[in-house]
Amino acid sequence: MFKFIVRRLLQLIPVLFGVTLLVFLMLHITPGNPAAILAGEGASQETIDNVANRLGLNEPLHMQYIYFVMDAIRLDFGTSWRTGMPVADEIGSRFWVTVELAVYSTILSVFIGIIAGVISAVRRYSFTDVGIMLLALFGLSMPNFWLGLMLMQWFAVQLMWVPASGWGSASQVILPVIALGTAGAAIIARMTRSSMLEVISQDYIRTARAKGTKERVVIYRHALRNALIPVVTVVGLQFGYLLGGAVLTETVFAINGLGRLVVDRIASRDFPVIQASVLIIATLFVFVNFLVDISYRLLNKRIDLD
Amino acid sequence: MTVENILEIKNLKTYFSLDKDRVVKAVDGVSYVVPKGKTLGIVGESGSGKSITALSVLRLVDEPGEIVDGEILFKGEDLVKKKVSEMRKIRGNQISMIFQEPMTSLNPVHSVGKQIKETLHIHEDLIRQEANHKALDLLKLVGIPSPEKRLTQYPFELSGGMRQRVMIAIALACNPELLIADEPTTALDVTIQAQILELIKELQAELHMSVMLITHDLGVVAETCDFVAVMYAGKVVEYADVDTLFESPKHPYTVGLLNSLPRHDIKMEELTPIKGMVPSPFEMPEGCRFAPRCPFATALCQEKLPDLEKKENGQEVRCWIYTDEWDGEEVKVYEPNATT
Amino acid sequence: MNQTQLLKINGLKQYFPIRGGFFGRKVNDVKAVDDISFEINKGEAVSIVGESGCGKSTTGRAILRLDEPTEGTIEFNGVDLLSLKRKDMKKARKDLQIIFQDPYASLNPRLTVRQIIYESMDIQKHVKRQDREARMFELLELVGLQRHQADLFPHEFSGGQRQRVGIARALSVDPKLIVCDEAVSALDVSIQAQVLNLLKKLQKEMELTYLFISHDLGVVRHISDRIIVMYLGKIVEIGDNESIFENPKHPYTKALLSAIPVPNPKKKSERILLEGDVPSPIDPPQGCRFHTRCPFATDLCKEETPQLRTTDGMTENHQAACHYINEIDFEKVKARV
Repeated sequence: MFKFIVRRLLQLIPVLFGVTLLVFLMLHITPGNPAAILAGEGASQETIDNVANRLGLNEPLHMQYIYFVMDAIRLDFGTSWRTGMPVADEIGSRFWVTVELAVYSTILSVFIGIIAGVISAVRRYSFTDVGIMLLALFGLSMPNFWLGLMLMQWFAVQLMWVPASGWGSASQVILPVIALGTAGAAIIARMTRSSMLEVISQDYIRTARAKGTKERVVIYRHALRNALIPVVTVVGLQFGYLLGGAVLTETVFAINGLGRLVVDRIASRDFPVIQASVLIIATLFVFVNFLVDISYRLLNKRIDLD
Repeated sequence: MTVENILEIKNLKTYFSLDKDRVVKAVDGVSYVVPKGKTLGIVGESGSGKSITALSVLRLVDEPGEIVDGEILFKGEDLVKKKVSEMRKIRGNQISMIFQEPMTSLNPVHSVGKQIKETLHIHEDLIRQEANHKALDLLKLVGIPSPEKRLTQYPFELSGGMRQRVMIAIALACNPELLIADEPTTALDVTIQAQILELIKELQAELHMSVMLITHDLGVVAETCDFVAVMYAGKVVEYADVDTLFESPKHPYTVGLLNSLPRHDIKMEELTPIKGMVPSPFEMPEGCRFAPRCPFATALCQEKLPDLEKKENGQEVRCWIYTDEWDGEEVKVYEPNATT
Repeated sequence: MNQTQLLKINGLKQYFPIRGGFFGRKVNDVKAVDDISFEINKGEAVSIVGESGCGKSTTGRAILRLDEPTEGTIEFNGVDLLSLKRKDMKKARKDLQIIFQDPYASLNPRLTVRQIIYESMDIQKHVKRQDREARMFELLELVGLQRHQADLFPHEFSGGQRQRVGIARALSVDPKLIVCDEAVSALDVSIQAQVLNLLKKLQKEMELTYLFISHDLGVVRHISDRIIVMYLGKIVEIGDNESIFENPKHPYTKALLSAIPVPNPKKKSERILLEGDVPSPIDPPQGCRFHTRCPFATDLCKEETPQLRTTDGMTENHQAACHYINEIDFEKVKARV
């Protein structure tokens, strides 16, 4: 197992290398001269050149890339072009807000999704099953920002059970997490259901019943364990989707997160902040999938653990 | 009869209702007995209902299958009438079952030890060390090499033969009185099959179990069973002790099976296959179900289903030829086509 | 009988690489078939028997070049199949057909029997379009199917009938050699007997040559003229039907034969019970590959690989690969069952 983890970690290196390269090139393949943008409208050529010099934009491209990577490793992303504050400071707290939002939403989708999927599978073709699958279809088809707005309308504006915006207290967390986690719960429910149905017809389930095992134990100890193997993969991909979805959810609920920051700064072409944010989100996604790989191995004993 | 029966199946009917109009009568009025301490072989080809009968005994038939009629008397008590919770106490405890596919019959995500101990914990009040000890003893009993190591291994790390030994260990965990083995060696190579059959025979003698062995292989029956029930299209067509069955088979289907079998131990000039094929479960013949394929069938056979009737030596046969009503010529059903 | 050679296999090896490590380097090989040679004459039925993993199916696949063999030659009608280009190999396949164990998996479920047979004829451009229908009906009759069944789909047939369709398809190109890879193993005995009789009849009528691959020694005894016994990628014994079944020389052949239950309760068989499982073909044992399970193995067996040879008391074409062919006393290890 240890060897496997080390190997997977080493395999991350080229992936992360690719990510930094893309993020770096982002600045250079988007139209417009960054120095001119930064210098402001109507700046003289001299000012623009000065700005370019200060930012190192006149260096050869590969040197610029090397500086970029070296700085990124030290978590130094320069200063924001808009506010002049260090990018690390700008992102810092907002990053954790987004991670919290994504993690809570994932927990919600996994929890609800698996339970609903199991119930659906065990009571196949029953009223409950049809009901759950219909709900899942709704959850899947509903855009998260719209669901967010609806939730806000009912529970914050009309019923006034929770505040409509912000982040921090439990009451503020509930609505955004539901808005963001619903689609994931729906996908996981459908996945769990079909996976469970397949597993339930396996020979070893019959063996478990022939031992005199209680039906509940058959379902949870014997069937679910096996059924989760494909579901785990989906959870990893789901996390990436959540990071993307967070942008809209944060905007709807006025949460000061990374997503909202990125949207803000794209408008003003604040490249250091955008680059740093994209880099961090991409890295996070890569690591979550690394964790998924490991849990996949833990669940699936058939893969040899060399 | 002086022999006590551990299991008596009487007129068992297990039907699968696919939809309103289509019912597959997989087991349609099956009766046979398993004498205590003996091995009963159930032979038949695919679709004969032999496995469904066995699953019915443990009440493990999957939806939409259902026992619609009949009795399954285990030590005199009717299993059909038992509550599910009562059945659970019998499964894996007094009656155990092993299956055809050792490759898929063990749970891939649990260790071998855990799967053996599970049965022990369900039926016996054991503390952990006791269960560990017993699991190890069981692995030794079924002759698995380096048993200590196997406890922590997973099924995928074992060969097919070893997995079947593990299945047997699980089945024997609580000293069952009846072991049902559903094609236990069909998926295995012959040299491994020989090991497993030998093991079942040894254990049966050692533990005084009764065994119900379901197989399509007449060779396996001849070597391991004391009694045989031959099934065809959801019914028992012949029942006899093993010597009688192979020496003087009475039902034309039994005879047909014996004459279809290519043998490695003797030279045979010609195989005599049974013509045609098993009837579709949706178009069962009115009369004797074997009539369309039977070389001796008469009008009577086409019209009326014969009963399973007792003959000498306790042999039972479901065929008009051996009744007073027989309307055809005198026929010789069995002529051994090979010299042994 | 006029003994003309149809197929000659020489030094055939089929290794399947195992990849692993960082960049999918080859770390080892599964030595599925490891240096085997044999011949098949025209009109013969030869069987390869052995347990799972012995390499019998791999050999069959190699002959049709379904896998590319690692080493060796396969001469068919005097031409080395392994040297042929793709296009020429396609032509050669007209003479070489294979029937698989699971007829359902090997028939396209969306084509009717008529289409399946036409397709096979068209690939080889062997039958003129206007003659196709007549030929197809002829084939159906030959394999015991009815004319009206030509327009049914594979799922509308029973297992035995599907195998008949598979046979009809194989015959549609007038092959010289048919490889039957466990062709009757999945069938019930009563149906299996029908198909076996059919195959025998066809062999006589069409002068076919068969290579039977089977684990069922009853079937093999019934159908074959000569038998090849394989164990872990090697031939351990080869000989005619009578020699193998009545006078087996290799301890593995003996054990294999004695392991099969006999459908006669009066005849208590004397069994040589083999211990353990077949070793892995990735690292097969040194010396004789059977030595780990052989009750007679000595130090010599662990070191030196025995060659196929004929000794006293064996017929001319009967060979076994054992160091102690005439020195083994089987009585010592027999267990009465």
